[in-house]
Amino acid sequence: MQTLVNNGPVMLKGLFSRLTGSADEIRRPHARLDKTMHVALDHVSMSYGERKVFENLSCGFPRGRISVILGGSGSGKSTVLRLIGGLISPQTGSVIVDGQDVTGLSERGLYNVRKKLGMLFQGGALLDSYNVFENLALPLQEQSRMSRSEIAQEVHATLKAVGVEDVAELLPGQLSGGMLRRVALARAIIRKPTILLCDEPFSGLDPVSIKRIEALLMAINQKHTITLIVVSHHVPSTMRMADRVLLLLGKRAVEGRPEELRRGPDKEAAEFLNDGMEQPAGRE
Amino acid sequence: MFNPIALVGYKSLTFVQHLGRMAVFSADVGRCIVMPPVRVGAFWRELHKLGVLSLIIIGVCGVAVGMVVGLQGYHTLSRFGADRSLGALVGLSLIRELGPVVTALLLTGRAGSAATAEIGTMVATEQLDGLRMQSIDPVHFVIMPKALAMFAVVPLLTCIFIVCGMLGGYIVGIGFMGGDPGSYMSSLRSSVDFHTDVGGGLIKSVVFGVLLGLIATYRGYTSKPTSEGVSSATTSTVVIGSVSVLLFDYIITALWGV
Repeated sequence: MQTLVNNGPVMLKGLFSRLTGSADEIRRPHARLDKTMHVALDHVSMSYGERKVFENLSCGFPRGRISVILGGSGSGKSTVLRLIGGLISPQTGSVIVDGQDVTGLSERGLYNVRKKLGMLFQGGALLDSYNVFENLALPLQEQSRMSRSEIAQEVHATLKAVGVEDVAELLPGQLSGGMLRRVALARAIIRKPTILLCDEPFSGLDPVSIKRIEALLMAINQKHTITLIVVSHHVPSTMRMADRVLLLLGKRAVEGRPEELRRGPDKEAAEFLNDGMEQPAGRE
Repeated sequence: MFNPIALVGYKSLTFVQHLGRMAVFSADVGRCIVMPPVRVGAFWRELHKLGVLSLIIIGVCGVAVGMVVGLQGYHTLSRFGADRSLGALVGLSLIRELGPVVTALLLTGRAGSAATAEIGTMVATEQLDGLRMQSIDPVHFVIMPKALAMFAVVPLLTCIFIVCGMLGGYIVGIGFMGGDPGSYMSSLRSSVDFHTDVGGGLIKSVVFGVLLGLIATYRGYTSKPTSEGVSSATTSTVVIGSVSVLLFDYIITALWGV
């Protein structure tokens, strides 16, 4: 409902286009966008009330690769993920997920797009009154025709894959930070998405847990060829795992390979990455 | 600079905007009630949380209100030599007015605020966004069972409140004040009409249930994702819920005379 009210103009645009028969035109990605990109933002402007987060942001996230979004606090990193997930709508521009413009879609239309997406929220966002097993089983119960035993098997296999097979009966409140993050990751991948969005997967974790989550994300990317879009403050892990970096620098954004940006001509970007490399491991 | 006209305009617009949002929200809840899957388990859990756990407070308050009505009624009626009508007075005031209204007010504070706080916390901790990202409609999964349970709980608890109130009135009027039990029961039986009085009281309680269910869930669902936002939503559920119950009580009484 909140989305319906807040995104009224965008939804009206979608409705109007459907009535006038121009829906295909609106859904078609901008011609300028690279076809190899699994997810792309095209001239997106976003603000919360008076505060502009970014203006005319265009960027792409290649298929099957690990892309990391870096930037200072309040630069709009998490906003990019929420735009891709359709949890918020931009004031202008298009967000294209797997070739489909999601900006004008209804909540029902978005549910179909979200079947391709998995999202790891910063705080886990697990249902706190459900235990770990129930949290993981829920999307399968709701979305698939799997039997109870098949669901149980799938849940235990996914928990094992992220290394927390012994916490199935615990409530999210009884888990440590690292365990919670891994359970949330298990929930995000249990429906076998093709795009995985991770919001600050390393925040608040100790160096050992950071490396464990990092290895896990890289293994998921390699094993299932999932497009991984990670929001992070943590430059060292970014340099280790990212194929591509989107750096949000206040009013502008730069993107490229991590080493290219670090040694490239853009002084601000290079400084951001080099300063970040010097921070102690685990510090966010 | 403070501009009172602008402030009035802003407040009016905000009010109308909330009414519009609430209408859309109510339609959404209505859609979810008739759309599969049927969430029987979630509905029973909510019925237990909102209803069964409110039984004691409703029972105790029912007895207390009945005792007060019995005591006040006995003193007043004795002045006119009409203390034999105590059963009618207690019964009618509880069935037509006090039962539905006091139950709804008690449930606003007990169950409505709890529902708002629970949903608001889920908003603040991104649990509802987490459901959306799994293609699960949070209105269908979280909101609808709560609202539906509230619709059912208010009329049921109103009946319990009324029965407890009558018992309280009986204890005071007959046990403490020495009234005649036969007169109490016969005046109660002869004065209460099932269609007008019991039906009217039930209509009120159903309307209050729908109101409370929608207000409590709407305030939680639209709360700001901060601890302050959750606390303010909870407070506003109690305030708006209580005021709405009293306003609608007047409107129903004035329109249908029940």
